[in-house]
Amino acid sequence: MSKVTEGQLAAGSLVLKAETKRLNFHYGAFQALKSISMPLYEKKVTALIGPSGCGKSTYLRCFNRMHDLYPGNRYEGEIVLYPDNTNLLHPHVDPIEVRMRISMVFQKPNPFPKSIYENVAYGLRVRGERKASIVDDKVEQALRGAALWDEVKHRLKHLAFNLSGGQQQRLCIARALATEPEILLFDEPTSALDPIATASIEELITDLKSKLTILIVTHNMQQAARVSDYTAYMYLGEVVEFDATDTIFIKPKNKATEDYITGRFG
Amino acid sequence: MDQIALKEIRDLIARHKRRDVIFAAVGLLCVSIAAITFTALVIDMVIDGSPRLSWDFFTNFPSRRPAHAGILSAWVGSTLVMLVTAVSAIPVGVAGAVYLEEYAPKNWFTAVIEINITNLAGVPSIVYGLLALGLFVYALGLGQSILSAGLTLGLLILPVVIVATREAIRSIPGSIREAAYAVGATKWETTWDHVLPYSLPGIMTGVIIGMARAIGETAPIITIGALTFIAFLPPSPITSTFPFVSFEWLMAPFTVMPIQMFNWTSRPEAAFHQNAAAAGLVLLLMTLSMNALAIYIRYRLRKRIKW
Repeated sequence: MSKVTEGQLAAGSLVLKAETKRLNFHYGAFQALKSISMPLYEKKVTALIGPSGCGKSTYLRCFNRMHDLYPGNRYEGEIVLYPDNTNLLHPHVDPIEVRMRISMVFQKPNPFPKSIYENVAYGLRVRGERKASIVDDKVEQALRGAALWDEVKHRLKHLAFNLSGGQQQRLCIARALATEPEILLFDEPTSALDPIATASIEELITDLKSKLTILIVTHNMQQAARVSDYTAYMYLGEVVEFDATDTIFIKPKNKATEDYITGRFG
Repeated sequence: MDQIALKEIRDLIARHKRRDVIFAAVGLLCVSIAAITFTALVIDMVIDGSPRLSWDFFTNFPSRRPAHAGILSAWVGSTLVMLVTAVSAIPVGVAGAVYLEEYAPKNWFTAVIEINITNLAGVPSIVYGLLALGLFVYALGLGQSILSAGLTLGLLILPVVIVATREAIRSIPGSIREAAYAVGATKWETTWDHVLPYSLPGIMTGVIIGMARAIGETAPIITIGALTFIAFLPPSPITSTFPFVSFEWLMAPFTVMPIQMFNWTSRPEAAFHQNAAAAGLVLLLMTLSMNALAIYIRYRLRKRIKW
């Protein structure tokens, strides 16, 4: 942790939302993450960068226990969520409870083949919300939060597949927002989008951090520099360097980070 | 490139293209064998049977006089048996497939079940008839009834329903399941709200194709003891007194279309053979319209879902 962040923590301007402690992750016999330890600050955007296969998506998917869906995966270590000190990876913690607190937006837009409205409302329905007026309100709120409301308010009953790629991705963001998560995970959210749609998603991410904590995986270094406050550079399953984004991009301490940032590697 | 080399290449291409032409000709011949046979069969049946097709043919019971004989008991029997088949095979088959795809752990036990299901699809239908005779007719005491026949055909098409449902479930991309899990859905919610509705076109196609096979089955139905001559209908499912529905028809004796046909073809009089052709025509139309319905459903529902 750098001097700057320690100072800010002491001054109380930075609050820890989650902390990863000595996290190892195995796909069967293959160890994909090696002893990862790093903080996640509240209402900040933290970016994970690194070459393909470095484990950044694997790490992201630990936060909502996505790996539990497939057999043969194993976690060691902790991801502690504050303020309640819950270790997300503890075997007694239900992954469904974790996913109700931490939402995720995927690489490719993956709306359900249902209406725009039903896509956003699904998380609320899973939580047992049956009152139509409450669902209506929260759907509108989430669509506004994802900067999509004005484009779709007259066609909420239309199929989500009729939206453009960028709109579909914002719909997926609205779906993730509807349940008011504490942390929002983004797994390369713009890699399937054109530059204009990418810009609107990036703008949205910057807006969203006033309300929640964001962890984003990106293979685009400019994107990390544009949207994030903190950046972790990962290589071969390890976090090589974690620091404020400015520090990582202007004065990285590690030679490997510098080589990657400057394009000499990766 | 000089002229000689160029000519060599052109000769080579010409030789290779000749194989295209030869295969196209052989392929056309193979397709024609199937198409011509089917067309000849249909035309022959239409010529023989169509003069007998009339309203009376559908509303008359079988009779000793060919001109008065009809298929009323046969088509009602076939319809009711198919109803029992659908009601028994669809829930069991779909639930089994969902379990295998979404819930079952991937171990040797599941592998054995899977191999069994695949093999079950290849078991001759008469064997199902023997099983049903022992199990439904005698052991469970269901007798030679519509219920026994429906359950037998239900067993027969169960592998088809399971395999089709599994294929349909597998065609749903993992990203959709992950999307549901990511908002906090349980396995059951993911299955019920997403996997099943999105695989419905595939499931329905499989079910209808299975039913189209079942409606033409004769051997297992004869084995469990369908009647070849029956001049009354099963009791009506709707009654005038409370509770207004009756399930007595399930236990009624019956006949089905293919058995009626078989009965008529084994008569010496040519007029009965005409009746058989007409009944065959009706049966063929029933099967074809079921297949057409399957294609239509697949087309309509899949248009909405593009991954």
